[in-house]
Amino acid sequence: MKPDSVIIELSPEFSVGAKQALQNTQLRRNMGKATQTIRAKRATVVGELPNWESLRDAGERIKAETMAHLDVYIERLEKNIQAAGGTVHWASTAAQANEIVTKLIQATKSKHIIKVKSLTTDEIRLNEALEAAGITPIETDLAELIIQLAHEKSSHILVPAIHKNRSEIRELFQKAMHLPDLTDEPKELAAAARTFLREKFMTVKVATSGANFAIAETGSVCVVESEGNGRMCLTLPDVLITVMGIEKILPRWEDLGVFMQLLPRSSTGERMNPYTSIWTGVHPGDGPQEFHIVLLDNGRTQVLGDSVGRQTLHCIRCSACINICPVYERTGGHAYGSVYPGPIGAILTPQLVGTEHAASLPYASSLCGACYDVCPVKINIPEVLVHLRGRVVREKHSHVSGWLDPESIGMSGLGQVFGNRMAYEGAQTMGKLAQWLFVHDGYIENGPGPLGAWTAMRDLQAIPDQTFRQWWRERNEHDDHA
Amino acid sequence: MTTTRNQVLADIRAATARGERPGHQTHSFATDLQAEAALSPSALVHMFAERVSEYKAWVGYSTSAGLSEAIGERLALYGTRYVVPADFPADLVQQLPCVRDEQLSHADIASADGVVSLSALGIAQTGSIVLDAGVGQGRRVLTLLPDYHLCVVYAASIVLTVPEAFERLRASIQERRAPLTFISGPSATSDIELNRVEGVHGPRRLEVIIVDAPGR
Repeated sequence: MKPDSVIIELSPEFSVGAKQALQNTQLRRNMGKATQTIRAKRATVVGELPNWESLRDAGERIKAETMAHLDVYIERLEKNIQAAGGTVHWASTAAQANEIVTKLIQATKSKHIIKVKSLTTDEIRLNEALEAAGITPIETDLAELIIQLAHEKSSHILVPAIHKNRSEIRELFQKAMHLPDLTDEPKELAAAARTFLREKFMTVKVATSGANFAIAETGSVCVVESEGNGRMCLTLPDVLITVMGIEKILPRWEDLGVFMQLLPRSSTGERMNPYTSIWTGVHPGDGPQEFHIVLLDNGRTQVLGDSVGRQTLHCIRCSACINICPVYERTGGHAYGSVYPGPIGAILTPQLVGTEHAASLPYASSLCGACYDVCPVKINIPEVLVHLRGRVVREKHSHVSGWLDPESIGMSGLGQVFGNRMAYEGAQTMGKLAQWLFVHDGYIENGPGPLGAWTAMRDLQAIPDQTFRQWWRERNEHDDHA
Repeated sequence: MTTTRNQVLADIRAATARGERPGHQTHSFATDLQAEAALSPSALVHMFAERVSEYKAWVGYSTSAGLSEAIGERLALYGTRYVVPADFPADLVQQLPCVRDEQLSHADIASADGVVSLSALGIAQTGSIVLDAGVGQGRRVLTLLPDYHLCVVYAASIVLTVPEAFERLRASIQERRAPLTFISGPSATSDIELNRVEGVHGPRRLEVIIVDAPGR
């Protein structure tokens, strides 16, 4: 089923958003510093494990097998959560999920909820739906809180406020928390958030969360975090509502042991994140006595049905691909216009909302492949990018206007030239004759017409006096004479 | 709602029927991974201690016989009123300024100077401690709200790798449906310029006493 909500205000074109971002020098400094820090940390802890590559293989194989038998595992998960006292809900679309969550909260009469950071609830825009129903969601992750106080959008899946530096955060907290004397010392900023949120943790009776993993075999759900806000939300309230994409399932208990090695090292560059909570239904006398989980499709089954695109669902949201990406490092996350930025966003967003709504994203990459190298579950992001570019072009061609655009005409002309030996060699001769006006020292620095866009950034080597084909033929003739 | 359930399941089946279906596995790919070379018991404890302290947690040692005294020394440093789980071993708390968690309110727990608990196991490779609501560990909120957590880890419970820990924890999940908490250092955040800063919502001070470490 088609998702009925676009992920976020999609920017009209990645290149437009990117151009804006590139003019913000503060942003570029913040991004450069943050991504360099995290890349170095990741490289150190990944280098520490001699079996890292086998771990990646295991991660990939577990995910591939899960996707192939998702129906079996999701029913098993449902059964085991129910057996442990939890309630399972299903949602095909974002609107359905929001409606389920809103009704559950309304039944408690609570006007506030505390939230564990969750991309899935960002994706379905749960906060907006709740606010429309008169319920105030309180983000409890430090970076999410910063974004919420600044009324901004996330720019990174792990650290949504990665584009903000400490002094910008200080200004925000000074105003929102009425702390005029607050310094920009990170420790003091963290302490301010602790005090600000403690009162909410102690009084609000309903929490929502996402899930990093859920184990079909045991019905257990797992949330991985750093600050302890997750533990607070998962243990203090009376009611817990978890929204989880259907692809987060792992078949067996021991599978989680693989991912708890892959995720922290790829994500924050730590041997282990400070806190991981794993719960199984309702635990009598310990934590929320009412537990609901909403299993969300919202476009995922469409992705599942595409044999090349399916691997996108293997993603464990670690953000290693984002941190390594030379494009992301320069543009930041907002240019992607989605809660999922960076390389993974460039393949996930167009598949979830349809390439027609995010046609520029598959092009937001130089195809350098660094993302593939660091991916802990070996998602071949460049392969999916190229696959989606093909889809964008095919969709364009399904309209008459698509056939008439200059790129399309040029490409089909090129196709004919490359497909025929005579035409190709003829074109080479023509090119040699035509290029003399533009060639300087063997390079074309300012190409004519559409070629100008290419040569604006790089030089093009001129067609040599003797082409490879001519050289090959003459070499054979020379050998025959010898 | 049943119809939505059927719709999602039908969409999944339609999507997976198209692609190729790799064989249904009954074993985990996790078990295909090469086992780490074993460490001597003392090297194992040493690695655990070193990696816990890299998270800026204090690590000390004690014997079983001296444990009550060792705990007392640490508690004397930070306050006068601590909480312990309801089933915390009696011989350990007799001399200590501790209140048992007999249905304490959240406010009572939060206002304590700290909490003392036992643990299920330790993981050397990652410097992690796991709580599984077993003896002396209490409900989850107990080790969360106080600003100081003193955790007792028996040397014999320390394993080398994460998969070994999961193997041991299987029984806690399957037999008792226990809630699990993995703790690796004190509460921290990397949200400000991606540098790790200790101390957000969980206990800002974490201390670990390793009991009966071989060779000590």
